[in-house]
Amino acid sequence: MKYTKTQLEAVKEFLYKIADDQLILGHRDSEWTGLGPVLEEDIAFSSIAQDKIGQSLHIYEILHALGEKDPDTIAFTRNANEFKCCHLVEYPIGEYDFSLIRNFFFCHAEHIRFNMLAESSLDPLAKLAKKYRGEIKYHVMHADTWVKQLGRANEESHKRMQDTIDNSFNLALGIFEESPFTSELNSMNIFEGEKTLQNKWIEAILPVLEKAKLVLPDPADWKPAYGGRTGTHTEYLQPMLEEMGEVFRLDPKAEW
Amino acid sequence: MEIKTVQTKNDILKALDDVKDPEIPTISIVDLGIVTGIEVSEDNFVSVRLTPTFSGCPALKIMESMVKERIEKLDVAGYEVITNFDTQWNTNMITEKGREALKKHGLAPPEHFSELVQIEMLEKVKCPHCGSRNTLLKSPFGPTLCRSLHYCSDCLNAFEQFKPVS
Repeated sequence: MKYTKTQLEAVKEFLYKIADDQLILGHRDSEWTGLGPVLEEDIAFSSIAQDKIGQSLHIYEILHALGEKDPDTIAFTRNANEFKCCHLVEYPIGEYDFSLIRNFFFCHAEHIRFNMLAESSLDPLAKLAKKYRGEIKYHVMHADTWVKQLGRANEESHKRMQDTIDNSFNLALGIFEESPFTSELNSMNIFEGEKTLQNKWIEAILPVLEKAKLVLPDPADWKPAYGGRTGTHTEYLQPMLEEMGEVFRLDPKAEW
Repeated sequence: MEIKTVQTKNDILKALDDVKDPEIPTISIVDLGIVTGIEVSEDNFVSVRLTPTFSGCPALKIMESMVKERIEKLDVAGYEVITNFDTQWNTNMITEKGREALKKHGLAPPEHFSELVQIEMLEKVKCPHCGSRNTLLKSPFGPTLCRSLHYCSDCLNAFEQFKPVS
């Protein structure tokens, strides 16, 4: 397909933001390898990490086909200000409750996004979306299971879940920062827009939270953590990138 | 092979039946359902298309090179092996022979699904050791991306399932 200059820019920005979210959260989730509170959780976070990083790779491959650098160079040599990920995925893993709620918020949004993209006019992305949604279903199922169990288990677990939701909800809203190219993406039938996604997301998470006896903050207090999509990040991203790309940068020409 | 013969699709399919999943050596990549296209041109050039089981599957590159090695042994003018997502793999693409092969490896085969995979499908998986459905899902994630962990309340064995993916 032939794109105008603005259209191409719109497509690239869109692909970068999706893949960067997956790569960064994939890396964060992998930090649970060897540290999970129980063995099954160690394996679950490691497997989810492997899925997300693998998924980001194939999106970076589409970008490469559109003229960007090769996937490894894209992943391991950019600085924080060149990343388009949202703040939610950048934060350190913290306590297990934060990592779990983060995955709960993010994976639901990701699942709905790829469901929408399965019908996208951007054919290579639509093909991936059809594949990814089946994999992400397991990430959603994992998060839902634990949110429901911990929300209802005892007073302490319920309080920790609710406190984490209260403290991280504005970060989660940052996922849906509107793109400057919304109308281009919309008119090209690539993506309906972040507002639609956010509304569907609220509809999807509310029933789960209700079963877990958990609530979302009052809409009057919603202050989305925007900035990530335009390259403004938290203090946590750059150190993470330095660690993530350390081995690659030792010898970028090495064969793996 | 001494005599110059043009390979047929079937010859290639038979040859690829020798290529096994490196993580589950009882099942061939054909029975796993990841061979999505075979073309042989008039001048004996072979083109094979594969599709990944999981996007993050580390065995993918290995399987690709195993396919190349196997085709090299045939009498062909040239070949290409292309992996893409044009056809998206799902566990319904595993053949009946493949399901038997999974059992031989001690894995419960994935249940057939229509339309979408339902979470309930993971809850009462048939134990590959004793056949009971009195089983529990321990975790939807196992030692490889394609497996989930279960426990049989009748024969008291832990087991793994090749989990259904749509």
